[in-house]
Amino acid sequence: MKNKKWGLIILGLGIFVVGVTFPIWYGTIKSTPAPVLSLDTPVINSMQNKKCVEDTAFMRANHMKMLNDWRDESVREGRRTYTAKDGQTFEKSLTGTCIQCHTNKEQFCDRCHNYVGAKPTCFSCHIVPREVKK
Amino acid sequence: MLEKALKGSRGYWIWIAFLLAVAAIGCFCYLQQLDYGLGITGMSRDVSWGLYIAQFTFLVGVAASAVMLVMPYYLHDYKAFGKITVMGEFLAVAAVIMCVLFIFVDLGQPSRVMNVLLHPSPTSILFWDMIVLSGYLIINMVTGWVVLSCTKKEIPPPGWVKPIIYISIPWAISIHTVTAFIYAGLPGRTFWLTAIMAPRFLASAFASGPALLIIFCLILKRFGRFDAGEKAIQALSRIVAYALAISIFFVLVELFTAFYSQIPEHTRHFQYLFAGLEGRHNLVPWMWTSAVLAFVALTMLLIPSIRRKEGWLAIACAFVFVSLWIEKGLGLVIPGFIPSPLETITEYFPTGTEVGITLGVWAVGLIILTLFYQIFVAVRSDIDGDSNRSGICERN
Amino acid sequence: MTTNRRDFLKIAGASALTLMTPAILRPSWAKEKMITPVSSLTAKRWAMAIDAAKCPPDCTDCITACHAVHNVPNFDNPKDEVKWIWTEPFAAAFPGEKHRYLANSLQQLRLPVFCNHCANPPCVRVCPTKATFQRRDGIIMMDYHRCIGCRLCMAACPYGARSMNYRDPRPFIAKINPDFPTRTKGVVEKCNFCEERLAKGMIPACVGACKQKALVFGDVENSRSDIWLLLDKRFNLRRRAHLGTAPQIYYIL
Repeated sequence: MKNKKWGLIILGLGIFVVGVTFPIWYGTIKSTPAPVLSLDTPVINSMQNKKCVEDTAFMRANHMKMLNDWRDESVREGRRTYTAKDGQTFEKSLTGTCIQCHTNKEQFCDRCHNYVGAKPTCFSCHIVPREVKK
Repeated sequence: MLEKALKGSRGYWIWIAFLLAVAAIGCFCYLQQLDYGLGITGMSRDVSWGLYIAQFTFLVGVAASAVMLVMPYYLHDYKAFGKITVMGEFLAVAAVIMCVLFIFVDLGQPSRVMNVLLHPSPTSILFWDMIVLSGYLIINMVTGWVVLSCTKKEIPPPGWVKPIIYISIPWAISIHTVTAFIYAGLPGRTFWLTAIMAPRFLASAFASGPALLIIFCLILKRFGRFDAGEKAIQALSRIVAYALAISIFFVLVELFTAFYSQIPEHTRHFQYLFAGLEGRHNLVPWMWTSAVLAFVALTMLLIPSIRRKEGWLAIACAFVFVSLWIEKGLGLVIPGFIPSPLETITEYFPTGTEVGITLGVWAVGLIILTLFYQIFVAVRSDIDGDSNRSGICERN
Repeated sequence: MTTNRRDFLKIAGASALTLMTPAILRPSWAKEKMITPVSSLTAKRWAMAIDAAKCPPDCTDCITACHAVHNVPNFDNPKDEVKWIWTEPFAAAFPGEKHRYLANSLQQLRLPVFCNHCANPPCVRVCPTKATFQRRDGIIMMDYHRCIGCRLCMAACPYGARSMNYRDPRPFIAKINPDFPTRTKGVVEKCNFCEERLAKGMIPACVGACKQKALVFGDVENSRSDIWLLLDKRFNLRRRAHLGTAPQIYYIL
């Protein structure tokens, strides 16, 4: 098929491929450093055994689903107590459990969320005590 | 067939550009509403539904009215409607899309709209409304498009489309009954707690929808080189007349029950509408306008010599449409909340942003309708043009 | 070309449906055992009796306590108003009962009104997402995460007990209580019988704040509870009871 417009077609395809792979190659040119999360809060500093509800790897991968499960179980089913893998029990509450230790939302939660572009709507209702006192 | 919508006269493109501008303004207003919240409208703690839900209620009726073309033609072989059933189906599509958009702009948390499907609640009428409206949209899109493309190719429609068309008949009744049930099952709202809500909805739907269709037919005849035929238009106008008479009768029987029983729970809402209550009378001029327009339109439609003149018919149909738009929109949704369950009177008036969003949604619906009708007219003039050229008599 | 497009659409539709199937057929994971903490208050049906004659004129202690504990905003205009509990004159709370020769004591009454936590609630019936639902102990709950803000529950409530957040409430909360979330714009809210306090073994904030002990809270299906004994002794009315909603707020008049 002899097409006089082959040049334009290739050019268009090229622009498309470059555009659609933008997220892949842009990172190699302009690198944003990975976020460094700060655990420097009075509550965490005063803990002997600095342990979260679950281990870091689990939390990093699953805190979103865990919080969703906590939400449905405590609000809709009244099951307010979470038993961690090591047997310790916690109240299923973002403000009441998580934020009590991680009081520095901007240096902790926001750093990863901003980096990956996640915009959880939790904080429009759930209170971060330090933000509220301002 | 879609490419036919891209060819039009200057007037066509000016109309589309105008509608796009209105839709863009509506979009801008909606962004403001997303930012500020629904407080940017005139709705309040007492009057929690306003212009958006009023438009939704009215437009479900317009969508259901497609059945008034489909039933005579497909069920009773009324040949005169043969050419225009597709017009009714396309009007239904545009109207249902507007309904869905009005519900969407009325939601406080629109990003969560999928919760209705993710967490189905069969006891909620709104859930069923979503289902029947979506089904009706698909039915009419499929039947309208298939029938029109077969008309274009001058072949009979495929066998499988017939059952879908037959289903659309009770389905049309169901969408409007379900919408009426949203109101008629609420124990706290005495204005809406009446069995006649569903029949009232259907009667006003079958008057306002065909009235709009007649106006569209006359517009297409004047500007769009398509003639629906005098027989079809006169049959439609008779349907409008009967439906309007029944609709007025239903309102009058409501007034009788309220005022003869003298139960304050029932009378107070009508008093607010037609006379004002405790000095509040926002809606009184609207309701009397609606009443006068309805009676004038009914008279015009009942007198054959007036009905047969297309100019007067267009005016009568416009009166019907406006009268029922007021009665079913403002005159039904707002007074359900006035007086409130605690007997307070909080009046409602839409704000500028609210009107902007409303007009924007209407513009979107009209764009869709214009595109569909442009395709329809192009297909029909190809067919009619061909048959004229080859000298074959047109089969009606 | 027409045939190819049609086939493409058929394949696309079938693929979409196949991809959606796992979500529809989601297996229900095993539920963990329900552990009721020893400290929480439980009942078969929570209810409240209000002895309004005990209310001092112009007293708003219950309202102040509730709105403070639950971060209820004060928009200062009746249009956007959000309120969980407030007072109404007898004629407004009992619209069918008012007449010209009403006892003076009743005419002067300001009755606290709030969600009735009906046993047969129309609001729960109409909610399209089950964002408002009935708990086994009778409390009508609000799940603010699921609410889409359609306000059908507000239309369904025969008592006008629900409020919509037409605006962002946070700037309008005088002093935020960090132990309870706020809400966001676009959701409906109402009294929740202090279920979060019941879970910790505390009585509702309004009941605790009332110095006259005009509010009596308890399990109306327990014949040994204070509320049962009180209702057994004194004449009491419920609002708009003929509607069949079975409200659980009993007014002692």
